[in-house]
Amino acid sequence: MADVLKRVPVREQAPKVRAANFDEVCLGYNQEEATEEASRCLGCKKAKCVEGCPVNIDIPAFIHQVKEGNIEEAYQIISQSSALPAICGRVCPQESQCEGKCIRGIKGDPISIGKLERFVADWARENGIKPQAPTQKNGKKVAVIGSGPSGLTCAGDLAKLGYDVTIFEALHKAGGVLVYGIPEFRLPKDKVVAAEVENVKSLGVKIETNVIIGKSVTIDELMEEEGFEAVFIGSGAGLPMFMGIPGEQANGVFSANEYLTRNNLMHAFDENYDTPIVHGKKVAVVGGGNVAMDAARTALRLGAEVHIVYRRSEAELPARVEEVHHAKEEGVIFDLLTNPKEILVDENDHVKGIRLIRMELGEPDASGRRRPVEIPGSEYEVEVDTVIMSLGTSPNPLISSTTVGLDTNRRKCIIADEETGKTSKDGVYAGGDAVTGAATVILAMGAGKAAAKGIHEFLSNK
Amino acid sequence: MYSILKAEALASNIYLMVVKAPRVAKHCLPGQFVIVKADEVGERIPLTICDYDREAGTITIVFQPVGASTEKFTKLKAGDAFEDFVGPLGRPSELCTDDLEEVKKKRILFVAGGVGTAPVYPQVKWLHEHGISADVIVGAKTKDLIILEKELQEVSGNLYITTDDGSYGRHGMVTKVIDDLVAEGKEYDLAVAIGPMIMMKFCCLTTKKYGIPTVVSMNPIMVDGTGMCGACRLMVGDEVKFACVDGPEFDGHLIDFDACMKRQQLYKTEEGRALLKLREGDTHHGGCGHCGGDK
Repeated sequence: MADVLKRVPVREQAPKVRAANFDEVCLGYNQEEATEEASRCLGCKKAKCVEGCPVNIDIPAFIHQVKEGNIEEAYQIISQSSALPAICGRVCPQESQCEGKCIRGIKGDPISIGKLERFVADWARENGIKPQAPTQKNGKKVAVIGSGPSGLTCAGDLAKLGYDVTIFEALHKAGGVLVYGIPEFRLPKDKVVAAEVENVKSLGVKIETNVIIGKSVTIDELMEEEGFEAVFIGSGAGLPMFMGIPGEQANGVFSANEYLTRNNLMHAFDENYDTPIVHGKKVAVVGGGNVAMDAARTALRLGAEVHIVYRRSEAELPARVEEVHHAKEEGVIFDLLTNPKEILVDENDHVKGIRLIRMELGEPDASGRRRPVEIPGSEYEVEVDTVIMSLGTSPNPLISSTTVGLDTNRRKCIIADEETGKTSKDGVYAGGDAVTGAATVILAMGAGKAAAKGIHEFLSNK
Repeated sequence: MYSILKAEALASNIYLMVVKAPRVAKHCLPGQFVIVKADEVGERIPLTICDYDREAGTITIVFQPVGASTEKFTKLKAGDAFEDFVGPLGRPSELCTDDLEEVKKKRILFVAGGVGTAPVYPQVKWLHEHGISADVIVGAKTKDLIILEKELQEVSGNLYITTDDGSYGRHGMVTKVIDDLVAEGKEYDLAVAIGPMIMMKFCCLTTKKYGIPTVVSMNPIMVDGTGMCGACRLMVGDEVKFACVDGPEFDGHLIDFDACMKRQQLYKTEEGRALLKLREGDTHHGGCGHCGGDK
């Protein structure tokens, strides 16, 4: 008899094997495992897990259907709240959301809600189950800027309400961070992301790639010349930050965005594709978020010895616990409580090392986290040939600077109402990282949903 | 897909294409660029806009194959199409956005090197259409590599052609022509130099000598071209700039060209391998991967 306090383990590729390939690490549940895990759910009446989900999926209801073997029914329940379940089941930080609130977690393991959601979504895809397209169109046009999680969600919800929706995407492929940022080994591009994008298209949503709003066309033109009655801005926060330390311009220093874009969007790891990437031998990744883990694990798969350089301790790592665990298993080395002072370069302006300083944790700062403080005299040098800067990103000012009457805050984030997504400009809504700064996929989806509702109310009363 | 309406060789190894891209054609201005990707497995390559026709919805690009990706472009013919073609990117030339009356007061010299003649052309043409006649120096290694001479003749004030080997026009590098013009008593308030980095570097050294403010169009490695990766970053004075969004045009006297040229070398070996593979296929030189190379 299985221990009900323990979750059913999920099958994964062995660390040694997966560290040398780009295939998905987590293999997911099969039906038997999913049924067993689902039967651990207590089916709470006032379920805490639902509160923990930013889009409030009816979790006990879909899990009940999994337990009963009605997977299609489970998929329809999830689809009422989420447009991208195969993605969220994989990349949400469940430990701080739905699973973090699960009653089972008080004494034992919480239910593996993410893995069950993923199982249901994968099953639906493999069995050709599609979300239902609207029967009636209302003839009103809405433009969605950006095809990342917030844009796809907003577009999907509006299409279900009968709107004629067009998504405008700057890159050549739809998906935003799902295609250029999160690596193949966490989120398969063709199998999962492209399939979810197809689902949104099957609702009647049109996607125009290679259109840069603010350059190829402006929001004002979309509204005045092309007949769009409302616009949703989901352009994300894609502008990388650098440290401003000496040597940062050297060859061999990359932003995580560049490194990941070359690999994920341009398939640089695959020699059948034309885009090159530098295969470092010893790589330092500066930062401790999910993007840093993704860059580190990518460099590892390209054959490097990889060090994470992070200025706080393990407890403060902003990355998901599962990703840190995976990175360690694969052999990523964590140099905690260290911070770069300078990147050392050779006579050809190529990285040859990095000068680090040891840190200790001082008093908590305004955010409640203990502030890292340099330990005087503790500087030391390490030989590396590649440095990847993963310090975070901020919103690109291109759209706000070319749209008259669209207010932004000090951090260049668009100011929008949390409940409706409404901005300072009539008919223009916004959500996701463009509003909050870099956050999570599911929060962006939540913002996309809220804005779809806001736009529907606005256009219904017009 | 973006249809290629015209594809022709302008000179040996320099190609011109007219591409249907209405959204780009409607908004672009001289100085801006596009990113072009040939097919599914292709690389994103930045190319400066050489001409545009708003009515027809077309953009003209000119390129010189230097690696596997641009070599692939040369195989495309009229009737084919690029899978991706995005723009206009970067900031337009300030000559086209500054107050026209102020621009009219300026005596402007353009210096074009090789395939850099292509991005110079739309700027000179735009000025001509606004009643401003600028002098233009065009330099190339040899006569066969001179492009757009007739087109430039129609829109330039004075056009000076020079070849490194003296096979056509004047003899010598473009910097020599700058020296000669100044010696002849010509005065300029602004120079715009576009071409290979080494040529822009020496132009800037020359114009600095005469105190002529100089704008250059930088061509670093790019990936997305929209400001999201920083591959194209460079130092302008003490500031880090992204060429794709802050440029590509900058004050040439503030650029450290040696550093920029080193950055351009980053993928040299990968690029070389890719080009050999494309030209020679699965052969020894193409990187068959079986024989272990020359011993």
